[in-house]
Parts: sequence; structure tokens; C-alpha cells
Amino acid sequence: MLDNLNLLSLAPILNVQLLLDGMFVGAIFVLAAYGLALVWGVMNVKNLAQGEYVIMGGYFAWHLSTYGLHPILSIPIIAAVMFGMGWIVYLTIIKWVIGRDLFTSLLATFGIALVVQQALNLAYGPDVRTAESGFEIRSLFGGLVTVADIKLISFGLCILLAACVVLFMKRSRMGQAIRATAQDARAARVMGIDTERVYAFTYALNAAICGAAGVLVSMIWVIQPFYGVPHSIRAFVIVTAAGLGNLPGVIMAGFGLGVAEQYSGFVLGAEFQQATAVGLLVVILVWRQIQMSRYRQVVE
Amino acid sequence: MKYTMKAGLTALAAGLLALSSAQAMVDGDTIVLGSAISLTGKYSSNGVDTQNGYDFAVKTINDAGGVTVDGKQYKLAVKYYDDESTPARTAQLLERVINQDGVKYILGPYSSATTIAAAPVTEKYQVPMIEAEGASRALFNKGYKYIFAVLSTSEQYLASAIGLAAEIAEKNGKNPSDLKVAMVFENDAFSLDVRAGVVEDMEKYGMKAVIDDKMPADLSDISATLTKVKALKPDVLVISGHNKGAVTAARQIAELQVDVPIIAMTHCEGAKIVEQFGKDAEGYLCPTQWAETLSYTDDTFGSAADFDKNFKAAYPDYQTVPYQTAQAAAAVLVWKDAFERANSFDTDKVRDAIAATDMMTFYGGIKFSEAGNNVAKPMVLRQVQDGQYNVVAPSKWASHPVEWPRSTD
Repeated sequence: MLDNLNLLSLAPILNVQLLLDGMFVGAIFVLAAYGLALVWGVMNVKNLAQGEYVIMGGYFAWHLSTYGLHPILSIPIIAAVMFGMGWIVYLTIIKWVIGRDLFTSLLATFGIALVVQQALNLAYGPDVRTAESGFEIRSLFGGLVTVADIKLISFGLCILLAACVVLFMKRSRMGQAIRATAQDARAARVMGIDTERVYAFTYALNAAICGAAGVLVSMIWVIQPFYGVPHSIRAFVIVTAAGLGNLPGVIMAGFGLGVAEQYSGFVLGAEFQQATAVGLLVVILVWRQIQMSRYRQVVE
Repeated sequence: MKYTMKAGLTALAAGLLALSSAQAMVDGDTIVLGSAISLTGKYSSNGVDTQNGYDFAVKTINDAGGVTVDGKQYKLAVKYYDDESTPARTAQLLERVINQDGVKYILGPYSSATTIAAAPVTEKYQVPMIEAEGASRALFNKGYKYIFAVLSTSEQYLASAIGLAAEIAEKNGKNPSDLKVAMVFENDAFSLDVRAGVVEDMEKYGMKAVIDDKMPADLSDISATLTKVKALKPDVLVISGHNKGAVTAARQIAELQVDVPIIAMTHCEGAKIVEQFGKDAEGYLCPTQWAETLSYTDDTFGSAADFDKNFKAAYPDYQTVPYQTAQAAAAVLVWKDAFERANSFDTDKVRDAIAATDMMTFYGGIKFSEAGNNVAKPMVLRQVQDGQYNVVAPSKWASHPVEWPRSTD
């Protein structure tokens, strides 16, 4: 561990590589986490199938790429397909578990996760796949730092997608309706908002965002029917750390998590890469608990 | 009325039971082997490769006259169950194969994990199992008496890469003990076995490990580790993490432009790195249990090349024959040989005949140690050269010289 820290001080340029890689992967975490925050905040459904939607989007991109369609170009198609699928899942399953207790929605979405895993396994087999972007890899500082163009592009796309979603939530009627429903579903219904539709739309939008994230994952990492779980875990870590309805928080937490994973992988070794993410979550929760207890004392 | 119905059902059940145990181990002129194998779930692609190997061997042996025991010709057949890639299910199904179906000769499942679950069952019922797909050392250090494995164990997988590195260093006038090795292994039983073999051989040559990272099973990002590799410039990089590890490594080594003279990794073929990464996969060293270019032969399947040709003719979907298929076929061949030498269907006699196996097959020599692993066959190392897997080590079987240092140009 000390050797590795020493290495970082001897070759500070390595920090650049770690920071860049952390930011690039963090951007993708942000997408899936934002979708989760939406569904969680608006419908109080904790979607355990988040990672499976990501992998599903990845597989669709891979599938279309075998027909010669570049994965980047397939993003709108996949987002649309996933949106439709999300809507159907809402009508058939999620609709019946909203408002029930926590475990019902956890069980239902866990069931969806299992079905998606097995369906993907049946459709595409258990092989590990990647979709090739075919983009160049840039090397900077005499090859000490490399940046794959696909990571840059997907970073840009993540920011763009997030910005679109934020604008949509702020400006459009549906966005306003979603926010109103999140604040108080009953009041929103009284005001004439069709909350059923809002719920369906929110869930479908989440699936679409995950699908888009999945396309990027298929080009940057690897996909396999059973690799959704780490994506779900990361999304939960980010949303829990950031708090619901806190988009800047989600973005910061996503980047932070990406960078923290890279550094812990470098300093402590790959075996601690994800442990660090979960360890950080515990620290944040404890810290927040302490803050809260102070707050309560002041109120008393 | 009610009473007679109940009696009738009981009689029916008893009849069915009698019928199923009549099928037993030898049914007329057919010897029934049993196997619980992964036809669905995460191991299903390799599980099906294994099943195809079993089926192909059974058909080849039957077509060539079958198995001769006590002057009589018998056919082979396999009774399969799908263990859904779940070890607990494998154990459960084997109990069923042995107890209910009465099968007393077992062919192994696919994967170390499921074989580890299967071994205590065959041990409990004292039923011999010849397995072809479980390489974990945990199978051979428990004193099991009824498990026999035709494949090389997992410690041997990448150890040959260390030997090769030492050989190259000596040829270049360097001392092998000056070599620096970077190790990246998944944190699971199989990969840690592979690591143990590597570490053992590194100690033999006095090599130094500069990186020793362990990937968690669900990690698909090793860029931080590879950044370290770039900074430390080791002479050898060894990686093992199933198909996911190979794909992740191949992608990120290219992306981070990691330049190490020797890079060896397991699961190249399974992960389809040549198909998925083309030029970027050049120069990787990949261990394999078997290759169709090896000059092994036997009377049933012919040479390794014959096996390759005939299997592809029978299963046209395969462009290359996975070693999993070849070793599965070899396991069936050992059964035939053992029955014929035992000249009996008594499980103890057959078990002793298996233990005394010493034969050459298209898959390599087969001779079992006391622990049940095959000690007659080496692992071979192939290098990706112009998109082809060419055998480069050990030198006795090499068809091409190793390209060193590795370059993707």
C-alpha cells in the first residue's frame, strides 16, 4: 500500500489517469443513479432491477451492432424501446405494488431482475460481450496517460442526457407533474394531475435512462446477463449518499464514487475497489446520523 | 373404494420404482452413465460443450462396436439432468441418479464448483466418477477415492508462462530471478488455485511479484490495476478471472496501452478475445488443456486432428473445438477402457480399473495419481499470432516459436 502511495508521489502524472478514469466511469454511474432517484423519489419504489435494465440496454446495443449499427447511433432507438418496456412493466407489475410496504416493492423488483437476467441468458447466452466503438485512443504525456475517445464521448453524452432530463423536469408539463406528484401525490391528484400516468411515465423514463447508460457500458466495459448487480449496488450507494431529489448531489456522489474506486483500486488493490464504495457509504451515513442528532438537539 | 384406490396407487408407485431401478447400471446391452450437467444458467455454454463431447464420444464408441465386457458387446448411453449451474442442485440430482435411477457410473458436471458439490455424493455412495471439467485443487486434497479427473489441475494453468519467461530470460543472458511479475487474479477458488501455481513457480526461479491484485467476482474494471502495471513495468503480466477477466483485460490493456513483454491469461478462447478484439489480442499467451495440433493419438478417435475434424463434421455449428469438449470425450473413453480391463460391472472392480488407467488418448496421456488427478498430460501454452492460436510451449509440443516481446503490430 505504501509502495503504491509512493509511486503516486514519484509519478504524479498517474493521478491524472486515475482522476480521468474515475470521472468517466462516474458519469455512467450518475445516469443509472439518477433514474433510481426519480423512481424512488416519485413512487417510493426501490427498483432492484436497475442494473438489469442497464445490462439489457447494453445487450440491445450489442445486438444492433451485429447488424452494423454503431452503438452510439442506437441510443435513441434503445431508449425508446426501453421506455416502452418500462411502461409495460409498470402496467403489469409496478402499478400493483405502489403504496404497499417496502418489502412488496423490493420483492417485485427483485423478481423483475431475475426474470430479465434469465431472459437475457436465454436470448444471448452467458458469454461475456462487448460492443466495439472503433474509436481512437489518445495518449498524452508520452503515453503515460491514455484517454479512449469512447470514454470522452460517453462522458459528453452522459452530461447531455442528464441536462436534457433536468430541463425536461423543470420546463415541460410532464416534468412539472412528476415533481408535483413527488411532493404530494394526493394533492397532485386533487389538482387534476393524472398520477397514474405520471407514475408510468417516471418508471418508463427510468428504464430509458438505464438503457442509454447500458449502451455506454457495453462500449466501455463488458456485459453479461448476470452483471447487473454491481450497477444496481452503485446506483443505490450513490442515491443513498446523495439523498433523494438532490440532482447536484447525485452527480457529485457519482463522480466521487468513480474516483474513489479508481484510487482504492490503485492504492489498496482491486480487491478493495468496491469495498471502498460501500465503506464510504457507511461513513457518510454515520456522519449524517451525527449531524441529524445535533439538529434534533437544537430543535429540542 | 377409497381404500382400494390407495392400495392401487401404492402398487403403482412400487411398480414404477421397480421399473426405474431395473434400468439400473446396465440395461440389457446398454451401460448407463449418469451426469448432472449445466444446460441452463451461467455455465450453460460450456455445459453444452461438455455434453456434446460426451455424446460425440458415446456415438463414436458405439459405432466402433461399443464396450466389450466378458466377451459381450455393450453400448454406452448417458442419462442427463440439468443442474441449472447450481452446485446444490448438482449434488441433489446426483443423489437421484444414484438412488432412484440406480446408475452407478458417473460422468462429471461442468465447472469446479459443481464438481466440488458432486464429489461428496459419489464418495458417500462409493460410486466412481470420471470428471473432465473440474480442475480445482480442492478436489484432490480431500483424500477422495472415487473421483478421477482427466484434465490438468488449475495450478498448472499459468505456471508454464513463468517457466517460459525464465527460459526467455536465460536465452537473453538475463537471470530469471531479476524478472518482475504482475499478478491479477479473481478472488475465487479457481483463479486463486491458478495463482498458487504461479507463485510456486515464481519462488522456484526467485522472481519478484510487483503487483498482486485480486479482482472481486463482479468487478469489470481493472484500469486502476493496469495503471499500476504501466508505472511499474513488469516483465510478465499474468491474469486469470474467467471469461469476464479475459475480456476486461484485453479491452483495458489496449485502452491503456499497457506494454508488457509477456502477457498470459486464462480463458482466451472462451472469452473469444480474437473475435472481439482482433489485432489488440495479438501476442497473448493462453494456456489450454488440449489443442488439435498436438500429436496425440488413440485407436478410437484417431489423432487430435481427426477428433477435431470428425467432431466438426458431427456438430457443424462449431468453428473451433473447445478443449472442454475434447476432455469430456476423453472421460468417456476412460470409462470404456476401465470396463474392458475390469471385465466386470462391479463398481469396486471398475473403480480399481479406473485407478490403474495408464493410456494414451487423442487428448493426451491419462494416468491418475493417488488423489485422482491426471499426471500424464502437461498444460500447453498457445500464443495468439496473426489471429491464430499457435502452440509455443512446452517446447516438446511447440509448433511455432514464441513471439517475444509481445507486440500488436
